[in-house]
Amino acid sequence: MSFKIVVLAKQVPDTRNVGKDAMTAEGTVNRAALPAIFNPEDLNALEMALHIKDNIKDAEVCVLTMGPSRAADIIRDSLYRGADCGYVISDRKVAGSDTLATSYTISQGVKKLGKVDLILAGRQAIDGDTAQVGPQVAEKLKIPQITYAEEVVKVCEEKIQIKRRLERGIEIVESGYPCLITVHGSAAECRFHHAKRLMKYKYAMSEAEATEQGKDCTALWERKPYLKIEQWSAADIQAEDNRLGLTGSPTKVKKIENVVLAEKESINVENTEEALNNLVKELIATHIIG
Amino acid sequence: MGNFFNDNEGLKFHLRHELMEEIIRLKERNYADKDKYDYAPENFEDAVDSYEKVLGIIGEISADVLWENAESVDKQGPRIENNEIIYADGTQKNHQALKDAGVYGLSLPRQYGGLNFSYVPYVMAAEIVSRGDCGFANIWGLQDCAETIYEFASEEIKNEFLPRINKGDTCSMDLTEPDAGSDLQAVGLKATFDEANNCWRLNGVKRFITNGDADIKLVLARSEEGTTDGRGLSYFVYDRANKAVTVRRIENKLGIKGSPTAELVFNNAPAQLVGERKLGLIKYVMSLMNGARLGVGAQSVGLAEAAYREAVKYANEREQFGKAIINFPAVMEMLSNMRAKTDAIRTLLYETARAVDMYKSLEAISRERKLEATERQTLKTYSRLADALTPMLKLFSSEYANQITYDCIQVHGGSGFMKDYACERFYRDARILTIYEGTSQLQVVAAIRGVVSGAYVGRIKEYEQIEVRDELKPLRQTLISLREEFEKVYEIAKEWGSSSEAFDFNSRRLVEIAGYLVMCNLLVNDANKDEMFTKSAKIMTKLAESEIAKAITYIKNFNPEILEDYKQNIK
Repeated sequence: MSFKIVVLAKQVPDTRNVGKDAMTAEGTVNRAALPAIFNPEDLNALEMALHIKDNIKDAEVCVLTMGPSRAADIIRDSLYRGADCGYVISDRKVAGSDTLATSYTISQGVKKLGKVDLILAGRQAIDGDTAQVGPQVAEKLKIPQITYAEEVVKVCEEKIQIKRRLERGIEIVESGYPCLITVHGSAAECRFHHAKRLMKYKYAMSEAEATEQGKDCTALWERKPYLKIEQWSAADIQAEDNRLGLTGSPTKVKKIENVVLAEKESINVENTEEALNNLVKELIATHIIG
Repeated sequence: MGNFFNDNEGLKFHLRHELMEEIIRLKERNYADKDKYDYAPENFEDAVDSYEKVLGIIGEISADVLWENAESVDKQGPRIENNEIIYADGTQKNHQALKDAGVYGLSLPRQYGGLNFSYVPYVMAAEIVSRGDCGFANIWGLQDCAETIYEFASEEIKNEFLPRINKGDTCSMDLTEPDAGSDLQAVGLKATFDEANNCWRLNGVKRFITNGDADIKLVLARSEEGTTDGRGLSYFVYDRANKAVTVRRIENKLGIKGSPTAELVFNNAPAQLVGERKLGLIKYVMSLMNGARLGVGAQSVGLAEAAYREAVKYANEREQFGKAIINFPAVMEMLSNMRAKTDAIRTLLYETARAVDMYKSLEAISRERKLEATERQTLKTYSRLADALTPMLKLFSSEYANQITYDCIQVHGGSGFMKDYACERFYRDARILTIYEGTSQLQVVAAIRGVVSGAYVGRIKEYEQIEVRDELKPLRQTLISLREEFEKVYEIAKEWGSSSEAFDFNSRRLVEIAGYLVMCNLLVNDANKDEMFTKSAKIMTKLAESEIAKAITYIKNFNPEILEDYKQNIK
């Protein structure tokens, strides 16, 4: 019986290249205006999954993502790096989801995959920094979770031991399966694309992408079924419409403001022990440091 | 998050050269593998696309891993522990990253686990790796040994060793000995046949062996007792797993410090014969050597590219007298020449690589079936062209890499002399390039044949046939006049007799004139296809004009009697 590892991954706008049109009037991210990348910590999660696969007999790594059809990019990327398969949940109904609606959608997707032993996700995505989706998925699936994972200490078919990176130290914990692990950015970086896998999978695409590009892939997919990236709608994962997208998202963004940090006033501090002490105290009091 | 392939338009240009369609068709045997392997290309576009993507992987690793580790590797270097060479930490990471990406064995046939890439992208990979870390380029480049095994070894040896190279086993070619450097005919390491164990036994010492503790070694040894020249030498493959070679020491070098250079003692080491006895030096090593020289060409171009880019970056950042130093004509000239020279040696590199690509594929096909008459002719043409261009490439690229890294320090001024910038490492790394795999002086000995046979002038005239756009016509005209001058001055040298000391003494000048003409004509033709080379074509032609004039003046005014003065001056 194979050991199934699911990696939850997200295609995110590259926040290192944020321009003026980064946000929409509704306060959500304007994806079209930003280059889309593989969320960095999800890559750490993928590496951890591939590492576990290397150490467990008969393991399989599937990547699950939610987003517009171009999110298939990160499935291809994962296939090049060593994942065995990938699924994109793509439906207009899921647009505008907050973490609650996202974790609901993702957990429905995981359920559709049948028996899953291990779920790995990045700690958080760079476009929201909430770190909520992973834990919420675990709750919805009613399975244990280990957050802030940095390293797999031991792993076998029965249990896994994880080193967690915490603010003031590390912690080593153990869990049986199934469980969900969120992976910290300090974990091993993801391996590079593998040459043969890249050449094998470079034409992989989802049905939506094929339609958008006006390609008929029927014959190709018949000949090489591994080139079809599965795409699921809300109906495919048996999701309740009112728990999806904006409708299913209680989080409302009230206002977005551009904060420009500018110099306001300057003070001269004397070079004495006392003056410096006072300065530090003031900085602490105004929460600038500490 | 860099990428040394994606950021280099010059490489992409050469990958799309019009000969590539034929090169890949031959290499892929008309795309015969397409249904056998899920990663084999179906057609030309598919193949080039795969080349670009895989070179992109190598480009990313070179920028993000090799480049990042280069400084620490240079500082730490390799060491010996329990008779084994341990690479610097960074070297180990570099090797692991490339191994995990499945890019070793790039040009090996798929049946041995390779990617079956043609020679041009293989050379590009070497260039890119060298830009990341010139020293590491040796460890990467020694997979060339696979090529020799593939071409000459028995099926059993191929099956045993080739898939291992593809999985990242490292190689070395063990030729040099304390008394056999440039003169390999003097090799004395003894090979004797061990009847009882049905294998050969190697005994003796090898010196200056790059990556000396490799997993798989190709060893040149004397198998014919009583012989003293090259005809008594055979080629052997040795597996490190036998643990019968002692690493006596590793050299402390000026540059390429990450690449371990070892002195080895073979202690009755079991080995298998590659190909036939007695052909070790005269056939196999000669073939391997051509590949290695081309490899140094790629290494030189990669290093030149790195040095040029660092210099431009610094010249833009550094301000003196109120402006960035790039704006001063003296600095600007240096930088522009660096760029032109880099473009020039790169176009020569890929012209040579294409010729090798063509003849190697046809040679491989000839082992599978009889070639058609036209194919035989094509093979001959490209094989001769490759033979003529290889020493010219090795000569110019390595000398230019030295000039460019020298100028890179000069642009950095005092800071460049300190260990804080990469340029001092480039400068040290460059120094070996004009020495190993045949010194510049030996390249001249090989290249002068192309002058005498008329191979260079013949090829140059072919380049001249290409109709160029108006802007480039004056350049073409200048180059035609220079070629005519070259032919005239060659007549003077011929008068001395081509085996005379005077001719020998001036042969470097003759080879260099030919080299300038080849590179400038190639650049003009590149510029005709892509605007981005126009400036380099103009600048190189300017440079060539003055350099050729210098050489011609020297030869015209040369009186063989002055040789005596040269001799006596050093007594």
